[in-house]
Amino acid sequence: MTAADVLLLALGAVAVGAATLVVTTRHLVRAGLYLVLCLGAVAGLFLVLTAELVAWVQVLIYVGAVVVLLLFAVMLTRAPIGASDDLDRPGWPAAVIGGGVGLGLAALLIDAFRWTKVELPEPGTAESLGTEIFRSWVLPFELLSVLLLAALVGAIVLARPEIGRRR
Amino acid sequence: MRPVIPYVVAALLFGLGVFGVLRRRNAVLVLMSVELMLNAVNLILVTADTTARAALPHGGQVFTLFVIVLAAAEIGVGLAIVLQLYRLRATVDTDDVPLDGGQERPQGGVA
Repeated sequence: MTAADVLLLALGAVAVGAATLVVTTRHLVRAGLYLVLCLGAVAGLFLVLTAELVAWVQVLIYVGAVVVLLLFAVMLTRAPIGASDDLDRPGWPAAVIGGGVGLGLAALLIDAFRWTKVELPEPGTAESLGTEIFRSWVLPFELLSVLLLAALVGAIVLARPEIGRRR
Repeated sequence: MRPVIPYVVAALLFGLGVFGVLRRRNAVLVLMSVELMLNAVNLILVTADTTARAALPHGGQVFTLFVIVLAAAEIGVGLAIVLQLYRLRATVDTDDVPLDGGQERPQGGVA
């Protein structure tokens, strides 16, 4: 049990607890704020796993942009501020399937990696990751830029006000 | 470092995301649950970077960056669809979305 293990356990507990609250809370806005906590804990896990650049990108894009977008959507759809009872369907089929998926995957991974111990690799700094992207992954990188442009134009076209107007 | 800890955390996050997608009725909350699942996959990829020795170094972390970009694109388009749904129907309840081309069914008619 090294310091890295203790950190991983603590951050993992925070992430799983916050995720549980995200999917069970009855306040829409609080679900978004618990999502911030969960994504921040996952960014901490990335840092402990020496993925520095990925951790900071996670903080910038997920915690910064995605959650802000989600909170904007909560406001623009005039969600109720307080607790609301009509957010959920009856829970047991979802609990069976979700619990089955989560615990099944956990059992598989525990079976595969139960006693494995590894040394942490050299850190994934911006320099090493950038070298790797622009040496080996240039084509997917450029394709992603085209995809981002397509998604941007698509989102703008979809959100135009005149689409839903009755003629 | 024991890689089993982040792997199990990722599996539990994925299960919670599946649970949220199936249980939540509000479309914005469904999107939040999808983000949980994508984060679980990112955690798996970053952890696999420490356990699997691939031919290319840091392949898992590069893939994580790609998945984060895909998630950003997905959330943009998804929220545009949710806002358009709200504008058309004044609700973001996924149970109220008609699946048959938007034609209102006649009252008392057989589907």
